[in-house]
Amino acid sequence: MKHLTEYRDGETATRLADQIARQVTRPWAIMEVCGGQTHSIIRNGIDQILPDEIEMVHGPGCPVCVTPLEVIDKALAIAARPDVIFCSFGDMLRVPGSEGDLFKVKAAGGDVRVVYSPLDAVKVARENPDREVVFLAIGFETTAPANAMAVKVAHDHHVNNFSALVSHVLVPPAIEAIMNSPGNRVAGFLAAGHVCAVTGYSHYRPLCDQYKVPIVITGFEPLDVLEGIRRCIIQLESGTAELENAYPRVVTEQGNVAAQVLLDEVFETTDRNWRGIGPIKQSGWRLRDAFRNFDAEFKFDVSAIATRESTLCRAGDVLKGAIKPNQCDAFGKQCTPRTPLGATMVSGEGACAAYYNYGRLVPLAAPDANVTGRA
Amino acid sequence: MCLAVPGKVESIFEADEMTMGTVNFGGVVKEVCLALLPEIQVGDYAVVHAGFAISRVDETSAEETLRTFQALQQSPLQQSPDQH
Ligand code: SF4
Repeated sequence: MKHLTEYRDGETATRLADQIARQVTRPWAIMEVCGGQTHSIIRNGIDQILPDEIEMVHGPGCPVCVTPLEVIDKALAIAARPDVIFCSFGDMLRVPGSEGDLFKVKAAGGDVRVVYSPLDAVKVARENPDREVVFLAIGFETTAPANAMAVKVAHDHHVNNFSALVSHVLVPPAIEAIMNSPGNRVAGFLAAGHVCAVTGYSHYRPLCDQYKVPIVITGFEPLDVLEGIRRCIIQLESGTAELENAYPRVVTEQGNVAAQVLLDEVFETTDRNWRGIGPIKQSGWRLRDAFRNFDAEFKFDVSAIATRESTLCRAGDVLKGAIKPNQCDAFGKQCTPRTPLGATMVSGEGACAAYYNYGRLVPLAAPDANVTGRA
Repeated sequence: MCLAVPGKVESIFEADEMTMGTVNFGGVVKEVCLALLPEIQVGDYAVVHAGFAISRVDETSAEETLRTFQALQQSPLQQSPDQH
């Protein structure tokens, strides 16, 4: 496949790893912000071909993982109502709430439907005018334009039986929270390429300056990730802290302007509670007042919800980079992708699921073999 | 939902007052909203998230990146300046 296979070449990966090894003189912890990058690193064994000095710390950029428990519980309460058709991205169905998940609601007779695009949920609403159709609108800046468009279309076309349960989160405040957290070890960041494809990246420069930390905008294929690490290491070793774009084929400085205009029309920033991490100021988007009639939180009274997290689960420590998933006692035992205790075990972007799916319980085969031959 | 790969735009059309198109991801063809990429053309590659094309893949930059990788490949380790 064009624009894909070229970035998965095993021999080039080895060369890039060699280059990195030649640059590095002392230990560095680098965080890949995005769960898509975590997935790529573990799946391709990138962490295993890197020199020992480099530790990849897996970041909080997995939307499924950080959607607050109270939002999941609200979703479960709304989805269980007989008058509701509840639409969601597929990977949210197994995310554990305080009591069960969306699959369980569906099994108990709830009308829960998986959609590929939020516009499909608006279509369901048009086709079922006598039902309330609710879409679980979560994600980072990447999915936000799609969710914003669905709300705007419903608003403009008076699809009044559509509403969205919105819980968007933003990358830059998360980077700040990590840099401000006590005992932070992260010395450089690989920023999420597709987030910057939407938002552009000039607003990351102040972060580099303020925290003296290099940030490299990075793609998702193995060679992209290695190139991001290479550039980050060159900066760290030479003592610079700049913003670099290592993914220029997809990301431009100004980003997607049409998407930004839409986002600004539909959303405003708000404080957000991150599952496993806690509250971060101004770290999310919610619907503006003009779209209140399409906000499921206003439409349905779901305010008094008591949440309860599994006591075994250490997803918070995983998301903050304090432990690796296989250091959690429940990993692979009580907790597997079929029986997840925490959200990080649910989607492929979650660090626990990535470790489980790619066999990080046992030593892996030769790392080069993991990079080659899987295009 | 953030795992996105680039696909090739095969057609562009209007549906319900919205610019839509079909995008081919290595043989899997999906209907995608193109409203946020007004400049996209048939034959371009686009990154798609949640049914929306969010970015056009720039061919010139792609070639440049690949050339950088190739240059690395061609410089044998023992001849690099920082190797003794
Ligand atoms: S392995 Fe399971 S229980 Fe442990 S931190 Fe990950 S999700 Fe939580």
